[in-house]
Amino acid sequence: MTPPLLKVEDLRIALAGDGVTYNAVEGVSFEIGRGEAFGLVGESGCGKSITALSVMGLLRRPLSLGGGRIVLDGQEIQDVPAAEMRRLRGKRIAMIFQEPMTALNPLSPVGRQIAEMFVLHQGAGWSEAMDRAEDALRQVRVPSPERRIRDYPHQLSGGMRQRVMIAIALACGPDLLVADEPTTALDVTVQAEIIDLIAELCAAKGTAVLMISHDLGLVANMCKRVAVMYAGRIVESQVADAIFARPSHPYTQGLIDSLPRLGERSRRGRQRLREITGVVPSIQAYPAGCRFNPRCPAVTDICRTNVPEATSLPADGLVRCHHHG
Amino acid sequence: MVKPLLVLDDLAVHFKVGSMLAGGVKTLKAVDGVTLDVKPGECLGLVGESGCGKSTLALAIMGLLLPTHGRIHVGGQRISGDTPPDRMEMARTVQMVFQDPYASLNPRQTVRRTLADPLRLHGVKDKAEVESRVIDMMAKVGLRPEHADRYPHEFSGGQRQRIGIARALILKPRLVICDEPVSALDVSIRAQIINLLLELKDEMDLAYIMISHDLGVVEHVSDRVAVMYLGRIVEQGGWQEIFENPRHPYTRALIAAIPDPFHRAAASVARAKAKGEIPSALNPPPGCHFNPRCPLKADLCTVEAPVLEGVAPGHLAACHFRDRII
Repeated sequence: MTPPLLKVEDLRIALAGDGVTYNAVEGVSFEIGRGEAFGLVGESGCGKSITALSVMGLLRRPLSLGGGRIVLDGQEIQDVPAAEMRRLRGKRIAMIFQEPMTALNPLSPVGRQIAEMFVLHQGAGWSEAMDRAEDALRQVRVPSPERRIRDYPHQLSGGMRQRVMIAIALACGPDLLVADEPTTALDVTVQAEIIDLIAELCAAKGTAVLMISHDLGLVANMCKRVAVMYAGRIVESQVADAIFARPSHPYTQGLIDSLPRLGERSRRGRQRLREITGVVPSIQAYPAGCRFNPRCPAVTDICRTNVPEATSLPADGLVRCHHHG
Repeated sequence: MVKPLLVLDDLAVHFKVGSMLAGGVKTLKAVDGVTLDVKPGECLGLVGESGCGKSTLALAIMGLLLPTHGRIHVGGQRISGDTPPDRMEMARTVQMVFQDPYASLNPRQTVRRTLADPLRLHGVKDKAEVESRVIDMMAKVGLRPEHADRYPHEFSGGQRQRIGIARALILKPRLVICDEPVSALDVSIRAQIINLLLELKDEMDLAYIMISHDLGVVEHVSDRVAVMYLGRIVEQGGWQEIFENPRHPYTRALIAAIPDPFHRAAASVARAKAKGEIPSALNPPPGCHFNPRCPLKADLCTVEAPVLEGVAPGHLAACHFRDRII
């Protein structure tokens, strides 16, 4: 078996509060193989985005790495010096964000922002780099790239800006693309195009993807394996098809049941949606034991006191629930 | 035949943008010739991407924007460019639930004040009656009496949306415009709010206009659905017709764009994706506005705008190829 491209082991992310330190993320472990698309799903505040930032070495105060290992291609990268991390970012690992307008430099033409990647990471001259930027824009299917390279971000639509972000991220052929809610700010028809584009380009170049989203359906369509996070922990991880066919954690089950699905009303008539009761806990008030216990329909005493260990599921899956099986 | 609660008759809302000094004045046709009705107790789903004119349409129905031409009949009122609405009467007929429960509540007002003020403004003088109606409304949306003296920041997103719903319903309106009521909420909270809205609809005999980009939600709650694109309705019909037999390529594209992990590539619409993005409403393409993105585009489409015509009873589509089944 070939070693994984990215291995995250027992990751803990600390959040410094008023004299107290909270664990915003704890015990998070996952692996991504070369060229594999891996999805990390959860609601806002569950820790999925900061997990991605920690892989990029971009955690900033009040957040910091509290423990664990991040191994990229055999090399531990959790405490490499900032200068070396900068060299890795863009070259080996790259990231695209939810809102491309705030991620792009508003004062620089998009062609220059792409070309910069070739200059910084590959030592290209500016004129060669600009030619390659035009090619990169063509690859992400921006129409008339020869004109668009001179455009500023505000002259482009949201979908086109996200294409520029993808061109920048994939410019140096990274091994891993981290995509944090890359389509949440876009319209649904544009979302479908962008997802297809990411999937297609990454498959062609053999780039692995860490896809972060709150949309389980979106992630499951694109990724081979999916991990579900709740309140700072991974509660379930499975092959994408299996997570819908056999969700094993009550939270995953609840998420799948609670959303109205297209075609469901035609098949079964209008059923009352099954609700997940209660609210998402805040980081200052994570419950003891299993953090889903106050909202769980299957809760028993042990759930309120003991953190559930991981139980193996078929095909390298796992679930953290006292009542599994 | 039931008399409709809301009738939009060739409604248009245009804006003048730009200035004489900088490039000239242009007309933005945010809503351009919309004819629709909503019957009492009915839920109309309104679907379309950002910039299609949904929110402008909502504001016009609320009486907050005057029509450029065409008319709105809502309840007993007739609104047109030169007959502005009676705001007080409007407020008793039409109310709105907003997308963002963090931005749409006054942070300096308690729940009690937020709910009691409309009652007082509308002439409920008796203190005991105000109090009982406030507590009663809070119970209906699932808030406890002790919540009355709290401020919005003390509530979670889902609870805030309950307050927003209570505020919209306290005057017992007949029509409620729900503008993306769950899209700002945590995924695990959305079902609670959707269930609540459906319960209240039956209990208080409300009509809804449900604006959402989430087609799963629209299919779940709507009796009829209207699909909007660049200021025009391109398709409307019963929910089942729209979702099972969509006739406009844009409707098909919207449905095809939804990732469906349960029935991958099962639907006949699966390959009907749209190309590109919604053009600017300032400079819409000639003919059918959807033609640059349309997989069925023919020469006719760039010349002549298709009209909204029937394909089945109650099912209308504005496409030259509405009868072509893919």
